[in-house]
Amino acid sequence: MKTDSRFKTLIKSTNDVNFTLFGEIVTVPKGTTLAAAILSNFGEASRITETGALRTAFCMMGVCFDCLVEVDGNPNIQSCMVLVHDQMVVKRQIGLRSIGISKDD
Amino acid sequence: MTDFDIIIIGAGPAGMSAALTAANGGLDVLLLDEQPHAGGQIYRNVKQNHSKQSWFGKSYSSGINLVDALNHIKITKCFGATVWRVEANKRVLWSQNGESKVSTAVHIVLANGAQERPFPFPGWTLPGVMTIGSAQILMKSSGIFPKDSVLVGSGPLLYLVATQMIEANCPPKALLETQTLRMMINSLIHLPKALLNMKSLIMGFMFIYKIKSAGVPRYKSVSRLEAQSSGNGSIKFLFSHKGIRKSLTTKLLLIHQGVIPSTEISRSVGVDHSWNTSQLAFQPIIDKWGKTNIDGLYIAGDCGGINGSEAAVLYGKIVATKILYETGKINFNLYKKQSFSISFSLFFTNSIRLFLDTLFAVPQETLSPSDETIVCRCEEKTVGEIKLGLNEGITGVRQLKTSIRSGMGQCQGRMCDAIVRGIMLNNISQNDINILAPKARSPIKPITLGELSKMKLD
Repeated sequence: MKTDSRFKTLIKSTNDVNFTLFGEIVTVPKGTTLAAAILSNFGEASRITETGALRTAFCMMGVCFDCLVEVDGNPNIQSCMVLVHDQMVVKRQIGLRSIGISKDD
Repeated sequence: MTDFDIIIIGAGPAGMSAALTAANGGLDVLLLDEQPHAGGQIYRNVKQNHSKQSWFGKSYSSGINLVDALNHIKITKCFGATVWRVEANKRVLWSQNGESKVSTAVHIVLANGAQERPFPFPGWTLPGVMTIGSAQILMKSSGIFPKDSVLVGSGPLLYLVATQMIEANCPPKALLETQTLRMMINSLIHLPKALLNMKSLIMGFMFIYKIKSAGVPRYKSVSRLEAQSSGNGSIKFLFSHKGIRKSLTTKLLLIHQGVIPSTEISRSVGVDHSWNTSQLAFQPIIDKWGKTNIDGLYIAGDCGGINGSEAAVLYGKIVATKILYETGKINFNLYKKQSFSISFSLFFTNSIRLFLDTLFAVPQETLSPSDETIVCRCEEKTVGEIKLGLNEGITGVRQLKTSIRSGMGQCQGRMCDAIVRGIMLNNISQNDINILAPKARSPIKPITLGELSKMKLD
């Protein structure tokens, strides 16, 4: 079920980035962190833990690791620590990352 | 031959001022920061927000001077740079855009700041529960503001962010404060000294005045906090106030219980740490120039103990001044004169600290929460599970980690170490425990094996 964003956007920008977030095409200002892009577009969880608990970003400064998502096929990415870019494809992280699916490895 | 004279980790107030002082004195500086821009959390995106709006106040805007001054020929700046290993031989390993690099220096200054104190209660892991600091980061860096939020907890940041939200016309629905009358009375003994930092006191009163004038309801001495999911992403927040159980429903619960030093790097490199009994946190043992037990390794700003941004600027200066003297860039007289003048300013800035620490003391239920509360957010371990382990004879943090798995997740204990200590203190007799600062090991931020294997080491 779609939950509206818990935030409202006050500073608008014209310099935009388009990318795929949880299956939807979204537009956010350039220079936005991925976690901020998620929070300004979705109110629901961006991660589901191993036991099935729902989570959203918590600290926004790289400490808590609750904002982990899958970015362009790479799991365990701290969404608060990366900036959005065009054509980025972001999926929710469900459970623990599986071994061998990272593009890097 | 090293790559730089100094490597400074963290471009917040302490790191920026250390970098500027060192560079002006003629040293080659490498300044590393994990974030995309200089400023740290306090001056986050100050350059990008400059002249856009005044919601964040004058104190925030003043950070622009430090950020601008970083355009210095002697300062090499790297942002989006995550330090994952610091060695006592002054080698720093850091990652940027998926590639790891090695840099060496004669001196290292850790200025990696603080994090918000974990504030556990049942339901603190639910979607829509975030820290007040995180909301402020979103306001500063992305221009998105909390909608009808409820603010819970204690500390100066609570009032500052509430004021900024009011200025931006997104006032919180309510402020629920864990501060008790007792804490206020206990703080009075420190008030006379705090008067020496009148500027900060007045600022604090201004925040509270603005919150009052905006008509935001304040509930004081709240306790027995609990968040429940109430459908459609809403949170039902329950609390006790004046002996009555009350509740508020909100989409966004913003929580804060002060800040604690970030000590992962200092612990991993082998700096000695001690427990600060008034701030209730581990901090590195340093002298007045930020010197540690490791030769050439210095600490400046809030990662050495919480004193706030104004003090952090001064600590950055004093550390760099010491290094300038030790490297022969300034003579003894100049060094004496400058360090005296910085110490003098620090005395006034820090005179408010004990007052604030007592006024915004951490409540017992945060230090040792109820059994059903999740302690380790990563491994989803509760207070009850940890107590069970302690009853079965666990006596140290390390044993607790290996048997219960609390602190073994992705955040490497950043969110639970502070809570675990409180639970241990409450549940084992003092004679049985020896609670040392937990070990931290590199990589102190996760990197992939792929990245590690591609590293070029000489």
